[in-house]
Amino acid sequence: MTIRFRLVAQAVAVLIAIIAIVLIPSVIELFAMMQLTLFAAMAVLALSLAFIWGFGGILSFGQTAFFGLGGYAYAISAINFQDSTPSILLAIIIPALFAAILGYFIFFGRISDVYLGVITLTVTLILFNCVNSTSGDEYRIGKALLGGFNGMPAVPTFNVPFYPDQILSPEQSWWVTGGTLLGIFLLLRLLLSLPAGRVIVAVRENEVRASLLGYDPRKVKLLTFILSGAIAGLAGALYVNWGAFVGPTIFSLSLSAEIIIWITVGGLGTLLGPIVGCVLIEYIVAYIGSQQALNSNLVLGAVLVVFVLLLPKGLVPTARDLLMRLVPAPKPKAQLADEQLPPAVAASHMAGAE
Amino acid sequence: MADLVPLLKAEHLTMRFGGVVANDDITFTLEEMELRCLIGPNGAGKSTFFKTLTGQLVPTSGAIAFRGQPIAGKLSHEIARMGIGIKTQVPNVFNGLSVRENIWLAVRRKATPRAQGPAVDSVLQMIRLTDHADRIVATLSHGQRQWVEIGMVLAAEPELILLDEPAAGMTDEETLHTAAIIREINQTRAIIVVEHDMEFIKQIAKKVTVFHQGRVLVEDTVDKVLADQRVRDVYLGKKVAA
Repeated sequence: MTIRFRLVAQAVAVLIAIIAIVLIPSVIELFAMMQLTLFAAMAVLALSLAFIWGFGGILSFGQTAFFGLGGYAYAISAINFQDSTPSILLAIIIPALFAAILGYFIFFGRISDVYLGVITLTVTLILFNCVNSTSGDEYRIGKALLGGFNGMPAVPTFNVPFYPDQILSPEQSWWVTGGTLLGIFLLLRLLLSLPAGRVIVAVRENEVRASLLGYDPRKVKLLTFILSGAIAGLAGALYVNWGAFVGPTIFSLSLSAEIIIWITVGGLGTLLGPIVGCVLIEYIVAYIGSQQALNSNLVLGAVLVVFVLLLPKGLVPTARDLLMRLVPAPKPKAQLADEQLPPAVAASHMAGAE
Repeated sequence: MADLVPLLKAEHLTMRFGGVVANDDITFTLEEMELRCLIGPNGAGKSTFFKTLTGQLVPTSGAIAFRGQPIAGKLSHEIARMGIGIKTQVPNVFNGLSVRENIWLAVRRKATPRAQGPAVDSVLQMIRLTDHADRIVATLSHGQRQWVEIGMVLAAEPELILLDEPAAGMTDEETLHTAAIIREINQTRAIIVVEHDMEFIKQIAKKVTVFHQGRVLVEDTVDKVLADQRVRDVYLGKKVAA
């Protein structure tokens, strides 16, 4: 497959995705569309971990911390401002700042990967407990009552930017959420094909070699951590917009674990896989929840065990391998065309592409 | 005079790991454009010495100066940016990336975007991996991966190149080629080579430093070192006799 063919194929795929997002409200019923909106918001969260874990090589259990911070930042400022425009920005900036401070101590303190997992997990628990114990009138930020374990109900949902009176309809909310998902996906894909993205992957591949070439792995990892935190925060805002509600369970451990399951099922080291995994698992959980015949956590655990044992690479990489086997391998000479292109372009189909 | 400041100067360098003294009071000087070979039995402290030079280890005591600038205790990437490149003993490459990307990652720190493509191509040609440029490094043979790493070190254009066992795992023909590359890059850069293969040392060496039990045993021209009875005793023995 030549580069040009790949570009055309990708452009077609993006076009199909755009058409699908636009047409979905007129094809399916409101309930299903609302469910898809939730899945898309969760898929943005999945992308944030897919990026930092799959490409940065950092297994962060703290994505729910950023997700929750984004959700609360959005809710508090939306109640105060009664306008979602600055609130969405805050839902990105505050988690990013938090990630910057936390990440600075983790990466510049040269804390090893295992402890990074422990620290991010602990931070999530601390935030959960803090927010959980804020019930009572004294815990308020401006007009916003934090509400403790009851959460914050009646959070204003998205409006047209700078027009607080024009609240988005469920259809428009879907377009925003689905569009954001596609946008983040393309943004990450673009980043990974740029030199900066290749350096992120290089640090994942071999930190010692990267530093012996003059790259500062601490800085690279910190920036990866911040970007991933910002994306998780944006996902939090999308989530709160979906339910007009935010509660402390947004910081829960079970959600942290669920994101990891999404990625394991969908395929680590890809961007498409985690989206597929997220939607699939969330759909199964929702379906089981409505049946009440089985415990959904039990099923999730079983799914994880099955995938780790039988499809350790995940759905998307396995499907790609199968496809590669069907399509005859290109002859070595066909790759000569790649050499005329700058290395960043020629390289973009290596580790970052699926 | 420029000669007053050597390219690299290590003074009273000591590296301890608990009770083990890996480098014991080493004083070592390397001039600009010099090609030096380090030899010594396993555990003599050669790789440890390289690690302290590149910031992978912080020496217990002693000073290292690169062109007069102290580097002991600096971080690896800071030292790399000052112009020291290393090929480590165990190949340190980006296994999941293509050969081209590996080289490109080394090139791009210095070259302008426009110059990167040709620079990558010329390094690929030098290490003779042009035909394998788009292969993932993990799928290459050990000898080829050694070359990928050598290529990365060359591509970064350091002022001082450290090569830790560059010919390990290579065929005789590949070893010859490696020796040719080393002589070629020595036209413009200083190099320190750690090697066990005496045939290889004879092909490239001018001055040789022998490490033994963490200390510098002797330092002289290759012929004198090979004739030295103490060196024969600790290390060479059979190979030179044969």
